[in-house]
Amino acid sequence: MKWLGALAVLVLLVLPSVLNSYAVTILILIFFYGFLGQAWNIVGGYAGQLSVGHAAFVGIGGYTAVMLSIEKGLTPWIGMFVGGALAAVLGAVVGYLGFRFGLRGFYFVLLTVAFAEICRIAVSNVDAVGGALGLYVTFTGDPRQFQFQDGRVYYYIALALMLGATGVVALLERRRFGFYLAAIREDEGAAEALGVDTFKYKMLAMVVSSFLTGIGGTFYAFYLFSLQPNAIFGIPLSVEIILRPIVGGAGTLLGPILGSFILTPLGELSRLYFGQGGHHGFHLVAYGILLIAVVLFLPQGAYPYVRRRLVGPRP
Amino acid sequence: MDPTLVLQGLLSGVLFGGVYSLMAVGLTLIFGVMRVVNFAHGDMMVWGMYLAFMLASRAGVDPYVGFGVCAAALFLLGFAVQRALVDRILDAPHEMQILLMLGVALVLENLALVAFGPEPTRVRSALSSATIWLGPIFVDVARLVAFGVACVLTLALYLFLFRTDLGRTVRAAADNTYGARVIGTDVRRVYAVAFGVGAACVGAAGALVAPIIPFQPPTGLSLSVTSFNIVIIGGMGSLLGAFVGGLLVSVAESLGAVFLKPSLKELFSFSLLILILLARPAGLFGRRTS
Repeated sequence: MKWLGALAVLVLLVLPSVLNSYAVTILILIFFYGFLGQAWNIVGGYAGQLSVGHAAFVGIGGYTAVMLSIEKGLTPWIGMFVGGALAAVLGAVVGYLGFRFGLRGFYFVLLTVAFAEICRIAVSNVDAVGGALGLYVTFTGDPRQFQFQDGRVYYYIALALMLGATGVVALLERRRFGFYLAAIREDEGAAEALGVDTFKYKMLAMVVSSFLTGIGGTFYAFYLFSLQPNAIFGIPLSVEIILRPIVGGAGTLLGPILGSFILTPLGELSRLYFGQGGHHGFHLVAYGILLIAVVLFLPQGAYPYVRRRLVGPRP
Repeated sequence: MDPTLVLQGLLSGVLFGGVYSLMAVGLTLIFGVMRVVNFAHGDMMVWGMYLAFMLASRAGVDPYVGFGVCAAALFLLGFAVQRALVDRILDAPHEMQILLMLGVALVLENLALVAFGPEPTRVRSALSSATIWLGPIFVDVARLVAFGVACVLTLALYLFLFRTDLGRTVRAAADNTYGARVIGTDVRRVYAVAFGVGAACVGAAGALVAPIIPFQPPTGLSLSVTSFNIVIIGGMGSLLGAFVGGLLVSVAESLGAVFLKPSLKELFSFSLLILILLARPAGLFGRRTS
């Protein structure tokens, strides 16, 4: 398994020099959504707290980095961590309210949705941050401003983000922290009875997850050069974030990556294919059907299935 | 602040609230019976709107006459969705149920996009521009009729659940599925009927608002979120809670548009939701469960 992983990373490192720019773009999206999925996986997969408001963290992170860059001239390389920190603060607030008041299942889902929607509405109405139109980043091509003439740089940044988040999750997974989270997901009452401080670990999971997601916001902003509140804070982005880890296998290390490699190209190619004939919406119909099929036929996600095929059943 | 403006906002909030109530009653019925949250609720409502649009533009049927047809069509859709999909995941974990319904929502929303395009649509009704003046404030007749019909339909649903045998069976299956099975109830059929009736509620609600507000396929998502808001505020599974909650949220949004600005109106209802979630998660009229 380890050699396979090293080989895969090596292949990904050399790929941009042989692929055309369209393929590179799709891979960038795969890595970026894989990264966001991995960040969500910590709280949504391992701890089993289904947040459908993670777009709010992307939004806070992105807006923070862009505003700092425009107003204070601060380089996004530092701004991204400020954005991550602010996202983590919001994550802590949402987590505190949800966990302290014992909101579970659908109630927690709604709390996260409501927070993201409040952020979206609030940001759309503050003219100082661009209002409903949002913010635009002017292209300078200056690496200090997180902008690059060569699209392949974005490729390596996105790859580093995805691998970095996966590294963080791999570390957490093997420690006590990972086992505590799994215990909370499987049976919170039992975990508490065994002396696990469930509140503390759920909070930690939420903070780490929202911090990483907030960092993703900077990449989003400076890769797309624009931030629109309805897109970056909207429920559709939150849904996109949770789809990949769940389709790949929530609460598994490679699930979010596998999910992203399955869903992102499907989404992009069908958008290209159907979009040319002016048939907007077809690709999302296909997406919805796929989602239904996964729930009915692969409820554990794709990764456990692939793993069984490759290395046999878990001992 | 001009008092007539506030009174006007209050009145149109209450009148529009009837439709919100009907929509939320459908959601709470589905949840109360099956413990499944219908994430496609708003998208089903948008299909009700587009059906009303088709009826009006192709056959010249006024939405305030044709809402029954929309309700019947949505009943069939809800019945089919329950039979084909929801029935298989009743015992699955929450997140899987949510994902399945999100899948259904994506399919419904984007089929509407494929069929009708992204432009905002509005249905013409004979009542569209009729108003009655009550001193300084006016009553929008379309809203008044929508409110009346929505109240009658909610009452009819109440009578169905509490005065008919099939309705009593639905409530029995909701209260105690095992017990209902023991006495020979076909629970699967009851579930499908309940889902169908819940969908019929939004089918009618969609037809009733179609002449009042412009809509487009993504409208479904915000309607879903609004109906979640309402049932949480009123209490999940409580019919009375959904009815009162619908009026409350509608008035809150309407007054929010008066006091702040229209684009901020939802801020009120979301803040109300968070307060309720923290202070009284069972909602205003909900029974405290587990």
